[in-house]
Amino acid sequence: MSIELKMPALSPTMEEGTLARWLVKEGDIVSSGDLIAEIETDKATMEFEAVDEGVITQLLVAEGTDGVKVGTVIAIIQGEDDETSAAPKAAAPVAAQAPKPAEVAAAPAPVTAPVAAPSHSSGDRVKASPLAKRIAANSGVDLAAVSGTGPNGRIVKADVEAFSGAGRSAAPATALDTGLRREAPAAPVAAIDTDIPHEVVKLSNMRKTIARRLTESKQQVPHIYLTVDVRLDALLKLRGELNASLEPRGIKLSVNDMLIKALGLALIQVPKCNVSFAGDNMLQYSRADISVAVSVPTGLITPIVTDAANKSLSKISTEIAELAGRAKEGKLQPHEYQGGTASISNMGMMGIKQFEAVINPPQAMIMAIGAGEKRPYIVDDSLAIATVMSATGSFDHRAIDGADGAQLMKVFKELVEKPLGLVA
Amino acid sequence: MSDYDLIVLGSGPGGYVAAIRAAQLGLKVAIVERENLGGICLNWGCIPTKALLRSAEIYHYMQHAGDYGLTATNISAGIDAVVKRSRGVAKQLNQGVTHLMKKNKITVYMGDGKLTAANKLTVTKDGKSEELTAKNIILATGARARDLPFAPADGKRIWTYRHAMVPPEMPKKLLVIGSGAIGIEFASFYNDMGAEVTVVEMLDRIVPVEDADVSTFLEKALTKQGMTIMTGAGVEELKATATGVSAKIKGKDGKVIASEFTHCIVAIGIVPNTENIGLEALGVEMDRGFLKTDPMCRTNVPGLWAIGDITAPPWLAHKASHEGVIAAEAIAGGHPHAMDPKNIPGCTYCHPQVASVGLTEAKAKEAGYDVKVGNFPFLGNGKAIALGEAEGFIKTVFDAKTGELLGAHMVGAEVTELIQGYTIGKTAELVEADFMHAVFPHPTLSEMMHESVLGAYGKMLHM
Repeated sequence: MSIELKMPALSPTMEEGTLARWLVKEGDIVSSGDLIAEIETDKATMEFEAVDEGVITQLLVAEGTDGVKVGTVIAIIQGEDDETSAAPKAAAPVAAQAPKPAEVAAAPAPVTAPVAAPSHSSGDRVKASPLAKRIAANSGVDLAAVSGTGPNGRIVKADVEAFSGAGRSAAPATALDTGLRREAPAAPVAAIDTDIPHEVVKLSNMRKTIARRLTESKQQVPHIYLTVDVRLDALLKLRGELNASLEPRGIKLSVNDMLIKALGLALIQVPKCNVSFAGDNMLQYSRADISVAVSVPTGLITPIVTDAANKSLSKISTEIAELAGRAKEGKLQPHEYQGGTASISNMGMMGIKQFEAVINPPQAMIMAIGAGEKRPYIVDDSLAIATVMSATGSFDHRAIDGADGAQLMKVFKELVEKPLGLVA
Repeated sequence: MSDYDLIVLGSGPGGYVAAIRAAQLGLKVAIVERENLGGICLNWGCIPTKALLRSAEIYHYMQHAGDYGLTATNISAGIDAVVKRSRGVAKQLNQGVTHLMKKNKITVYMGDGKLTAANKLTVTKDGKSEELTAKNIILATGARARDLPFAPADGKRIWTYRHAMVPPEMPKKLLVIGSGAIGIEFASFYNDMGAEVTVVEMLDRIVPVEDADVSTFLEKALTKQGMTIMTGAGVEELKATATGVSAKIKGKDGKVIASEFTHCIVAIGIVPNTENIGLEALGVEMDRGFLKTDPMCRTNVPGLWAIGDITAPPWLAHKASHEGVIAAEAIAGGHPHAMDPKNIPGCTYCHPQVASVGLTEAKAKEAGYDVKVGNFPFLGNGKAIALGEAEGFIKTVFDAKTGELLGAHMVGAEVTELIQGYTIGKTAELVEADFMHAVFPHPTLSEMMHESVLGAYGKMLHM
């Protein structure tokens, strides 16, 4: 029995990937769990494991091939002849097929995952039922913006209705710019004809994903921006003291580690900002998972500090150091950078005074941190010098009212200015 | 430490299917049954009635052999032999479920199960009790026939479906109260077997959940077969006597007529089996006598699940089985897709058969849809004429705005085997164009499904 090995979808956003390296050759015998190939996704380089046993009879895609669509057959495994079905013991095959409950709960095995992904040559084809397509066309809804809840993520009638219902009540403009949004995922930038000396640089998968997601965010999410100035002197003093006592443990807290914790706590204190807008309803998170923007050579990735409000500063610090290290090597696992309930982006170390960040949907807020600098500051009605930074929150205005956003900024400012709350 | 990952209380088509699916997913499963594995469905319901109706159908064909150029003489129907065959079929399927339980390593406890906590139940058999614990419990205890308050079934003259399945004798003059699927199937069976049958329905038409066109057609067809049908009528009084049953029936015109029958079948609905299984103490939330569940079949009590006839309608075996799979997969940590009640088909195996899925034309209009309706008669279908079954029709109701198939309604030969085509289409959310593009094999009855869709859009070919 030959088994087709298909390009796996190693992350929900992955549509295609680069087959970076084969770790097996034709004729090799593989068994479940053996590493077969390294695949570069839109976010990271991942190892692809065998699920079936057998002999690799054919490698169909050459090493280094990029743009391999999810679902493409990349290799053929010749499995052992399955004689168990003819075995006299009726119970045997049943037992063999029955997965452990734990496996049932886990994500589908990579080899079966491609079933969920479009196998058509057009990468931006939207999977939707005929009725969903008809209703979307009638009501001017762009299916590319709708997430599907049907089998294998197929968009069904209820999804379109939920989407257009939400669109009507919260964002009356959605129907108007559909033409734009339909093009958005494919980055509709026409080829540029220019005489200026240049070289054409191919986009990495990560760059393509960044382009698509940021375009979606700016076009679909109405952003509001709220800026506060935050005095850092107390936090810097506390950091110095903490680092002195943490030194024997080899831990050095950064300002950013402390700001991550402050944002986590602020989101728990102002739960109205710890949300996701989801069409007809809203997800209200009871845990604050902070995505931390980390610059890597190929672009940007956001490893997550889960439950930041309840982690000690030292734990956050060691976690971030470890995650950022692996992020730079492109070795993060999808669960380590997908999810999160809000983000933080810090450009202070580059001297940026203040900026507005783009929300990372389905999150509903991102905190942009500017440089801490000595500024003239009014303390007790007299002019003094203080270390101050500007922090700007971007909020999804569909889900978060201005007053609630302002409340979050206020709590964040207080936590940073009176930082003992971060260690208690 | 629990004895089991899952205990299923009740082994009907909901319960035993839930147990199999859970076992396939690696859970340690037990099932508790007080009577017969397979429950009502295959011991006392769906399956044995189909066996009875098959005998009646063949008897009907033998009586009409001349229509097919054949001769059959000395034809007779012996109710005992027909019932014996039906019991044999039920037995075979009951053993099939026994085998499936064994094959899937599901532990079977025969006895009365009663919850003592959300994760605990006792099984009592012959006075002996045993306590079992489980991480999850699925309640699948089903339902039973509703009695007339003033004349409970006695099994001799006044029957429920259950008595009607193993009749002590062949009724000569039969009164059937209620014209839902169960009432009409038995009316049709006994009518074909030679009884004089009267059906009394309280509402203004028979098979009242079906499309009005179906009710009208079926009433005519059954009347033509010799049945007496009284709609808008109610039984005011019912008494078993030594020789039969005397009834006082108030007709549509308000006049009360006294009539004598040899037997009576009461088919006025079902009552869920929710008593004596320990629900009250656990505070399980109910809705009009049935257990309230979420789309994954969870009750409000953590770890306690409910499927089938003890939950919201429709009360059909295939709905129960589907819920069993959903609940088992959800318990095993999966994310099954919820069931849409609008896509659950219903079948009635009278002669001619009735099958439907989705909204009736009236319900669709009531819901505010602008509808397109197609209706194709069996008379226009070559296969139907060749079969000698030229009575019936297939009706489709589409949303004019979106092309969504809102409902399909059929009456005629073998329509219970046809309805699934529309059910798949509806579940996959196909629109009229998809049905039109599909190629239907010739010569089959299914071509009428094509024609009905074409008809809804003014493109009918063979009429």
